[in-house]
Order: sequence, then structure tokens, then C-alpha cells
Amino acid sequence: MKSSRLDATVLTLGFAFLYIPIIILVVYSFNASKLVTVWGGFSLQWYSTMWSNQGLMDAAWVTARVGVISATIGTVLGTLAALSLVRFARFPGRMLFSGMIYAPLVMPEVITGLSMLLLFVAVGIDRGFWTVIIAHTTFTMCYVAIVVQSRLLTFDRSLEEAALDLGCPPVKTFFKITLPLIFPAVIAGWMLAFTLSLDDLVIASFTTGPGATTLPIKIYSQVRLGVTPEINAICTILIGLVTIGVIITSITTKQAEMRRIRDEHVAARGTT
Amino acid sequence: MASVSETHPANKPNPARWLVVAVPYLWLLLFFVAPFLIIFKISLSETAIAMPPYTPLFEGFGAFGDFVSELDLDNYLFLTDDPLYIEAYLSSLRIAVISTFLLLLIGYPMALAMARAPTMLRPTLVMLVILPFWTSFLIRVYAWIGILKPDGLLTLLFQSVGLLGADDQVQIFRTDYAVFVGIVYSYLPFMVLPLYAALEKMDNTLLEAASDLGCPPWKAFWKITFPLSLPGVIAGSMICFIPITGEFVIPDLLGGADTLMIGKTLWTEFFGNRDWPLASAVAVILLIMLVVPIMIFQNQQKKVA
Repeated sequence: MKSSRLDATVLTLGFAFLYIPIIILVVYSFNASKLVTVWGGFSLQWYSTMWSNQGLMDAAWVTARVGVISATIGTVLGTLAALSLVRFARFPGRMLFSGMIYAPLVMPEVITGLSMLLLFVAVGIDRGFWTVIIAHTTFTMCYVAIVVQSRLLTFDRSLEEAALDLGCPPVKTFFKITLPLIFPAVIAGWMLAFTLSLDDLVIASFTTGPGATTLPIKIYSQVRLGVTPEINAICTILIGLVTIGVIITSITTKQAEMRRIRDEHVAARGTT
Repeated sequence: MASVSETHPANKPNPARWLVVAVPYLWLLLFFVAPFLIIFKISLSETAIAMPPYTPLFEGFGAFGDFVSELDLDNYLFLTDDPLYIEAYLSSLRIAVISTFLLLLIGYPMALAMARAPTMLRPTLVMLVILPFWTSFLIRVYAWIGILKPDGLLTLLFQSVGLLGADDQVQIFRTDYAVFVGIVYSYLPFMVLPLYAALEKMDNTLLEAASDLGCPPWKAFWKITFPLSLPGVIAGSMICFIPITGEFVIPDLLGGADTLMIGKTLWTEFFGNRDWPLASAVAVILLIMLVVPIMIFQNQQKKVA
């Protein structure tokens, strides 16, 4: 098989391109030397200088809070948006609604950031912690909507219909049947929203105010001054956290998925 | 499906039902659509030194006549007068077109190889493409600075294998080439995934039929595989092209002083020169340029959903 060897080469090169820069970054965070090109032996000193850098730690704390709050609100709004798109075939302005969901996904961040800022100034809201949260909620909810929507589209409605036919009120049906079934997608959406918020530099730069410097803003201002091992250290910690988070979610969603398939199997057998 | 849900008990008029639509709808109207109207308005006003640095164009909604008479196209005229802005727009488009093409060139073989991989392996390969996307954009761009710098790792590598003399250095950092490397690197997952989604769905019996009838593989690719993957090509290209046009972080960190991109210009106008109306005018024109690609993207998404 000549083509499969070609495919393997393509994939190896492609993944090498994607991963080597990240691996280099992580390796050099343990470098004793301050120079990027000189390996001065293994050291954890940059982690301890990072730890004692109060500005960096404050920024990390702000970022974590912004991420959790905006991802949570964004997940609620995004799930509602996904339900509207999938379950309600017709309502006034549905075209505009789906446009508003898809446009933020590709909108250049400088436009989103600038327009948000001008809104906050126009209505006289002081910029700071909460304006960053509103901005992050707005663009992350669209990602959540897409993730949850794709789950709702492949969703077996017979369980829901059975509950409704048996007289269960719609709101209760949603919390007892629908939500548990789409929960893996909701969690995946939350994770995505959280990382997007953690990651964002441009929109946060426009919408932030005094006392609400996020980690990307802090990293960016240091990166402009040059490459330092301390930044490598904080980046390594972020990469580590995200990797662990992704692995845990993928394992738990896989387990939940398997449990769901088994339950549906049992339920199907019970009804026949 | 619509006819079924129309008669279903779940779809009887119900206040909770309307809340489901209304809450996200109003949120997006307020925080996504309204800001665009404001940006449009401010792009037509004059710069002022006060905070906020622009003169309010109208107070209240009654004075529409005043509003029209006070409209000020100075910012737009200024943009067309100064060749710097036109060059920045053109240069952004050029960089976005070239990068999208490079992304297709690199992403397509990867997506094809993934789609042809054994079924068992595919979820792992998809995971491997997505994982870098989860690590911060800023971090991934930053990683390239250490590699591309004149005294960085690429120079070191080339010197150690003898491609470069001991005194020579790789002169890529702070040029357009570094910007292309950064863009291709950062956007590759966005290109590979839609392409893979399109290629994975493909019916392999078509290719078998072609080869049975004596069609050479390269011809079968152009006659069958590529046309069938076109939705993925369009989706991937739009997902990359639109944000690349307004990209700020990559040209700022990897590009040189002569790397003109409109996202960087907007940033400088806003944070450097504090000229909010001009920055708004820059944004409005960028938005107008992107309307057609965004419409194509939305149509594509609707077909998928």
C-alpha cells in the first residue's frame, strides 16, 4: 500500500508541525539559562519567580473568575439558543437569530472588541471586571450553541414525547429528560467557553478597565518586551491545566455516552 | 418535522417556551447587534480630546434632522486620502488570501490522510488536531518567537546541520514570512476539521467504481474526491479567511514594522492615537469588506445544520 505510507508521512509531518513548537516551549520552561537557545540544565527556578510575581498571580485570579462566570452564563444562554434553533421551526426573526449565532464565530476580534467597548461607553457603564464578563459571555455563548445544537440534532425525541404524553409538564420534562441526555454536550460547551475566555486577548483588552487585567493581557505586555523563561513557565502551567481538563472531560463524556447507549438499549428492550 | 412539532403538546403556547427564545435573542440584540449600530454612528462623529474621545452625535432619538445635518464623513474621507489605510486593507486581503491558500495546501492532505486512516484511529487523530486549539492562541504565537528569532532555535538548527555559517542567521522574524508561518500554524485546525468532516462522509464505492473503470487515482481525485469535498473547502476557507483579515496578535508579535494589516492599524488608532471615530470608521469598512464572505459562511453552516 503506497498511499497509506504517504498518508502516514503527511500525518507525521502535520502533527510534528502542530506539536513541536509547544513541546519546545514546555521544555525551555525548565531551562536554567535565561537564554532561549542555550540549555543550561534542568531547573524549576522560573516557576518560583513566577509564583512570587504578584501582578501575574493577580491577573491569573481575575482570568479564572472571568472564565468561570462567563462560561457559566454563556453555557446557559447558548443552550437556550441551541434549543430555540433546533426545536422552534418558526418564530419572528429566526433568520436574524441564526445569523447572530454564526457571525460572532468568524467576526474579527478587533471589531467585536471595539464595538462592545463603544456600547459600554455609550450607556455609561464603567469598564472593568463585569464588562469583560459580558463581552466573553456574548461570544462564547455562540460556540456553546453550536456544540449543543449538534447534539440536539441527533437526539432521539421518543423519551421526551413519552414523558409529555404521560402528563409531565414541559419544564419538568426538560430538566428530567432532555437536560440529562444533552449534558455531555453542555459540559463540552462549558469547557470550550472557559478556554476561549481564558485565551482571549483582543476582546478583553478593549473591554477591560482598571483593576481587571487578565492573564493574556499581562502575558502580552511581557511578550512584547521579549521572550523570558518565566512566560514559558506560566504558559506550561496553562497548557498542563487545559490538557488535563480536556482529557478528563473526554473520558467522562465517553463514559456518560456509553452509559446512555446502554440505558437506551435497556429501555428499548423494556418497551417491546 | 415541523408539522409534527406544531401539533405536539410540548409546543402549545407556553410562556416558558417564549423565554427560551427571548433570553438569548435579547442578549445578542443588546450586546452584538446594538454595538454595531453604535460603531457605525461613532465612525461619523468628530474626534474630541475629552473622555470618551469623540463628540456625541445626537442626544435622544427625536432630533433626526439634526442627526443627518451633523453627519460627518471626514473619517471616511481621511481613510481614502491617506494611502496608508488603503494599503493596509489591500495588504490584509493579500495576506489572508495567501494564508488561506497555504492552509488548504497543507490542511487538505492532512484531512485526506485522516479520512483514509483506519476507522479505529480516526477519533484519536481528530483529538490530536483539536488539542492544540485548546492551548492559548497567544501562547502558540509566542512559541514561534523563540524559534524564528535571528538568534533563535531555527538558526541554531540550521547552523548545526551546516545549512548556515556560524555567523549567519535566519532572517524571518519580523517579516511577512513569519506572519504566514504564525497564521498557518494557528489556523490549521480550523481548516483541517471542516475538510475532514466533508471527506469522511464520502462514499468510497465511487472511487472504487472509477478505478474499476480504469481511471487513474489522480484523475479520480480531481473528478470525484475534490468536487465532493467542496463544501468542506468553502467552510474551512471562510472560517480561516474572515478572522485572518482582521488578525491583530500574529502581525503584531511576528510581523515587522512594514507588515501592514488592518487589525493592527485599528489597534494603533484606538490604543496609540486614541482616535476612536477613525478606529470605528476602519472597523466599519473592514466589516463591509467581510459581509460577502460572512454570508457565504452562514449559508454553508445552515446547509450543514
